[in-house]
Amino acid sequence: MATFSTNEFKPGLKVLLDGEPCSILENDYVKPGKGQAFNRVKMRNLLNGRVWERTFKSGESLEGADVMETDMSYLYTDGEFWHFMKTDGSFEQFAADQATMTDAINWLKEEETYVVTLYNGSPINVTAPNFVEIEVTETDPGLKGDTAQGGSKPATLASGAVVKVPLFVNIGDVLRVDTRTGEYQNRVR
Amino acid sequence: MGADWQPSAPLENLRQRALLLAQVRAFFAGRGVLEVETPLLCQATVTDLHLDSLTVDHLGQRRFLQTSPEFAMKRLLAAGSGPIYQLCKAFRRDESGSRHNPEFSMLEWYRPGMDDVQLMDEVESLLRACLPGDLLPADRFVRVTYRELFQQYLHLDPFVTATDELTRRACLVAGANPSAMQLSRDGALDLLMSHAIEPQLQSPVFVTRFPASQAALARVIPDTEGDAVALRFELFVSGMEIANGYLELTDPQEQSRRFAEDNVCRAWAGLPVHPVDERLLAAMESGLPDCAGVALGFDRLMMLAVNTARIADVISFTADHA
Repeated sequence: MATFSTNEFKPGLKVLLDGEPCSILENDYVKPGKGQAFNRVKMRNLLNGRVWERTFKSGESLEGADVMETDMSYLYTDGEFWHFMKTDGSFEQFAADQATMTDAINWLKEEETYVVTLYNGSPINVTAPNFVEIEVTETDPGLKGDTAQGGSKPATLASGAVVKVPLFVNIGDVLRVDTRTGEYQNRVR
Repeated sequence: MGADWQPSAPLENLRQRALLLAQVRAFFAGRGVLEVETPLLCQATVTDLHLDSLTVDHLGQRRFLQTSPEFAMKRLLAAGSGPIYQLCKAFRRDESGSRHNPEFSMLEWYRPGMDDVQLMDEVESLLRACLPGDLLPADRFVRVTYRELFQQYLHLDPFVTATDELTRRACLVAGANPSAMQLSRDGALDLLMSHAIEPQLQSPVFVTRFPASQAALARVIPDTEGDAVALRFELFVSGMEIANGYLELTDPQEQSRRFAEDNVCRAWAGLPVHPVDERLLAAMESGLPDCAGVALGFDRLMMLAVNTARIADVISFTADHA
């Protein structure tokens, strides 16, 4: 893998720090007029999601990390692993464990496309699309005609997530949900 | 070509910049300080360990874009110019960031007969003449020694604390293992200063009496504790370094020794060793008058004037759009 010097640290670059893959979020140059130059770098550890700042002497370099973000279709779970398949026509399959699934586990739907992050060829993170459309499996009966007034109730989705929905929503409705906030957007059908 | 032809700074800020340039010139005209222009393209350059010059070819010879107009201005002083100032571009290789552009504007001036303390007063007067009053405190700017500053903010004495301990503290601030970061004593002090102290210096403060190892071209004297200190000052405002001044070294032998020492450090760090500016040394041999001098980042002054933390907001086109 190539190495990258501090002046090549751009947001999105994946590097190895203390043996762990990290994604650069921000990089600023700090230098006393007559003194040593530094780069103050904000990064995310891709294994545990932790975000932190680390200062380097300008000109120091880090090894690049073999990290790829790949679109994959969700297939099924066997209870221990969640199975995905590349959407590039290769039919290549990957299995992610629960720790790797993180929050995406709440928004799973067969044949939906997820971003699976591969590090040295193994999944280390799964990200749901920003919006998913999932069916309601459980909620109190809907109130007929109540499409405008406020008020909300909980509804359980086929993926297992519970979201706040308007009172008119019924079991069997398909809802569009923002996976980043867990908020109901609208009823699709 | 699409997209990025537009200026980095809002036009309103560029109008204010023109006004600020005029105010600076009026300030010096009122004090009888002569405006001068010196070459940006020179045959010699600084030997500072942490300043890298951009080089260009001219008639098959290597030339340096100046990191500051200091050497040429000192030759004018030695020739009897009297008090002088200059507003010019300065160039520093690889300096790019939210507060740095490799090409920037410098305001530099020299005052024969003044010492560093008097020059600090003049720097303060300039800021008061050019910046909106509500930006600055009514009281005289605070003055604190480098030693007092570290004692106040980090509870350590930068002159006596062991290098291992300074390095440990610096790495803690950097979020790094001490083994992963090889810092010199001054490197550790620079890291602590820039990361742990500078962001807290919001109200204007002059930091004085730097360690002798950071003297650059300032005179060095023993302080009351018996440590060698440089008669150097830096002004910080809004968590940002604004100006750097010296009671200027006038002794050519000492100057020559510092150039040589710098070049030894450069070689040791794997950096190019630069030819010494013989014309500056010759001018000092002939006699540089006792004087104090200061370099002030004009872009930084503009950043204060329009209250921004980004240099891109005050220059027409940053290097990545130039």
